[in-house]
Amino acid sequence: MTTKTPSTPDTPRLTKTTAGPHISTLPLPEPLARLLVLIGSAAALLGTFLAWTWTTAFPGNLTVTGYPGGLQVITLTGAALTLVFTLAGHRLRGLTWLIPGGTNSPVLLLSLGVLGTTGYTMGAISDHLGGIVNLEPGAWISGIGALTAAIGALGLPSDTPTTPDTPTSNPWQRLRHSFKAPAPPRAKTLPDWAEILIIAASFGIGLYVLAYGIEAYSELFIGFLITACFGATALHRAGLIPRLNTLTAKHRNVTLAAALVAAALFPFTQSDASYALIGVNILIFATVALGLNVVVGLAGLLDLGYVAFLGVGAYTAALVSGSPASTFDVHFPFWAAVLTGAAASLAFGVIIGAPTLRLRGDYLAIVTLGFGEIFRITMNNLNGRSGPDLTNGAQGIPNIPDLQLFGYNLGIEHDVLGFTLSRPANYYLLMLLFTAVVVLVFRRSGESRIGRAWVAIREDETAATAMGINGFRVKLIAFALGATLAGFAGTVQAHVSYSITPEQYLFANTVPPNSAFLLAAVILGGMGTISGPLIGAALLYLIPAKLQFLEDYQLLLFGLALILLMRFRPEGLVANKRAQLEYHETDQLDVPDQQKLPEGTVGVHKAGA
Amino acid sequence: MTTMTTATTTTVLEASGVTMRFGGLTAVRAVDLTVNTGEIVGLIGPNGAGKTTFFNCLTGLYVPTEGKVAYKGTVLPAKPHLVTTAGIARTFQNIRLFANMTVLENVLVGRHTRTKEGLWSALLRGPGFKKAEAASHARAMELLDFVGLAHKADHLSRNLPYGEQRKLEIARALASEPGLLLLDEPTAGMNPQETRAAEELVFAIRDQGIAVLVIEHDMRFIFNLCDRVAVLVQGEKLVEGTSDVVQADERVIAAYLGTPFEGAPGAAEVAEVEAAEAHQEGTTPDTAAPDTAPRAATPADTPDTAPAADPPPDTAPPHHEDGATPRATGPEGKAP
Repeated sequence: MTTKTPSTPDTPRLTKTTAGPHISTLPLPEPLARLLVLIGSAAALLGTFLAWTWTTAFPGNLTVTGYPGGLQVITLTGAALTLVFTLAGHRLRGLTWLIPGGTNSPVLLLSLGVLGTTGYTMGAISDHLGGIVNLEPGAWISGIGALTAAIGALGLPSDTPTTPDTPTSNPWQRLRHSFKAPAPPRAKTLPDWAEILIIAASFGIGLYVLAYGIEAYSELFIGFLITACFGATALHRAGLIPRLNTLTAKHRNVTLAAALVAAALFPFTQSDASYALIGVNILIFATVALGLNVVVGLAGLLDLGYVAFLGVGAYTAALVSGSPASTFDVHFPFWAAVLTGAAASLAFGVIIGAPTLRLRGDYLAIVTLGFGEIFRITMNNLNGRSGPDLTNGAQGIPNIPDLQLFGYNLGIEHDVLGFTLSRPANYYLLMLLFTAVVVLVFRRSGESRIGRAWVAIREDETAATAMGINGFRVKLIAFALGATLAGFAGTVQAHVSYSITPEQYLFANTVPPNSAFLLAAVILGGMGTISGPLIGAALLYLIPAKLQFLEDYQLLLFGLALILLMRFRPEGLVANKRAQLEYHETDQLDVPDQQKLPEGTVGVHKAGA
Repeated sequence: MTTMTTATTTTVLEASGVTMRFGGLTAVRAVDLTVNTGEIVGLIGPNGAGKTTFFNCLTGLYVPTEGKVAYKGTVLPAKPHLVTTAGIARTFQNIRLFANMTVLENVLVGRHTRTKEGLWSALLRGPGFKKAEAASHARAMELLDFVGLAHKADHLSRNLPYGEQRKLEIARALASEPGLLLLDEPTAGMNPQETRAAEELVFAIRDQGIAVLVIEHDMRFIFNLCDRVAVLVQGEKLVEGTSDVVQADERVIAAYLGTPFEGAPGAAEVAEVEAAEAHQEGTTPDTAAPDTAPRAATPADTPDTAPAADPPPDTAPPHHEDGATPRATGPEGKAP
């Protein structure tokens, strides 16, 4: 029995009746605020068509009038979205479907995103070219427009009414309240084909946005990131993402297929091989993160040395794939190399897991951390001097030959349907197949007797064993399965990267995959979900790759970002239903109906409890 | 009291000489207990008597230092999951649900021992897997229906009210198709209505042919419910028998309320207290009288019901006037 405030059951209805006023961060009359947003975002939008600077020295050519480029496009997109959502807030016919949830909160978020991007661009130009004089009038129009829109948006009333215990004394508290938005009501059901079309279209847009991010150069990427963060939150607050989630939950197989197709189309949109290489590296990272999610997210076993299993798979595949540096003079066909690599990882998983899984929690984490380091050092030492010659020591195994599958050489460029598929693009498509297999394994094992046993063990091991679950056995299966999946991905990694060295498998490094980043991808993305680790891995790969100019500050910023995220969104970017409820007790989605007990018994009840 | 429903009774649980020592502390000392089919057996005792420790010994959470526990004739291994597989399911004193799983998932976890599908079958999803999952779901919903939680199948178990969490824990235990159900304080924290409902639930479980062993502090609940009651005091089984026998037993009453000093000191104290009370009544009649009058009347009015915590008046045990009177006043006499 929960002894929380009586307002927790059916929050939406109760708050409507007992609610206070809708407050705004800045005290502006609502019509004026709306007008400011409209004028401001229109100005910001128009400004992007003017030149922002005089020289093309700043990347992205912002000098052309009438043709936005680089960061201007991002401001343009943000401003256009702000306009559309503001107009939708006027209940304009044909636009109301955009805002089933919040009305003003998305506008506020978007306008802040535009302000952030435009402000960042102006700052970057000034910094790059040495002074504000380098800004042309277009930048000022957009900048002032964005500021006006943001001020106007701050004057818009909040979507959720205040309750007596909402702190509203200072602007920061009012701002935080303004970000909140009600959850969208249940959508009316569309015909299946329409829903499937919506899912497909959403994935198309998602792919386009992601591809844009992958191709972006550093400055553009920062602007992209700012707008993407605010934009995604805005779409969430507007209720579009929750609506989409309902749809994807309904048509899960279609969603998987759509995601797969969208991902498979990625290399066809890339002319440059280096972006496809980023793509395949993201996929490897994401696949391994998903494998780790079995261990951490489902079974709740903290594994800090997970990258070692990737290494076992990669080393095994490298050794049996006919590399001239390999000590074994064999050249297995790819499928056999994959099976060998996965089997070797499985064996290592069982060997490591069997003694250590008797430990709980922190102890297991320390042992796995140790194992990860032991693997790397052992690979270093098996060089013929410190130990038997097996792995060529620190030089690693170079010249791993390219794959030849069904007569299709993955190592050379191919022309398919008029598109050129580069070497990384070929491997991208191969790796995508592996990712799909791992997604399938994750989903199927998670939703079965064994998956429930994992979650039960994670929740309460004593109760789980009392329900007849052999805790050790079930944990060992999770650990071994996780290891196998990592080794499975490792076999492709060996071929993609030509050569493997022990230094690719560190605990922490600025280049993923490494154990710390893998764990971060799982936690940042959302434990126990499929899309969470995939998104987390994509972000954790792209952000360090795009922000290399930060050099030594990279890990510092990474740590800071992780702390902030854990403070404000502990369940990760993609929360499964469980975690959502676990971390945010007050705004529950699934509240008990509490009118069970007659009035007089409540006191007895609480006293007893 | 309740009557046996099955004509032929066989022994379900046989614990003999179970002893549990933690270092120098003997928590349970040579306890014998048998539970037969179709029986509801109660295990009572003051706090710290070793009831839950004994439960943990039965379910394999602890390995008993001495003695053995047999279920339907076979000695149980000291592993909780094997005990559950054998056919003993339990609930916990402090509810231990899988808080972040749904109500249905909780019960499905209970089905673990009665289903076989391993990782391969989960990955390959053959027809056998689907059939087994469907059967598990059907059985789980049936059980939820049985305890009255079917309409909340999709709720997270942590969001259930307390009483329903208790019910869910019982449903989860029943999902493992036990022959014996161990309930550790099933009504703790419940209000009288809920306790009544829990009683009905336990009877219904018994009627399904499942023997029940229950720890409880609510004496009315225990004496209404149980065919036999065993009393555990300081790790030792003091007495075992029907409710009447147990309620009447002097040692039980002593265990719950303490024994008076032998002979003179007790009598002297009684006199002292009486004098004090008389004095109090005389000096502050308005305030003290309503308070002390019932207290003074206690030994005379309800000499034997008072000690045994809270037995119903209709099941008042035979009289022990001579012993009970000083005993009832004893603790009171020491208080002031």
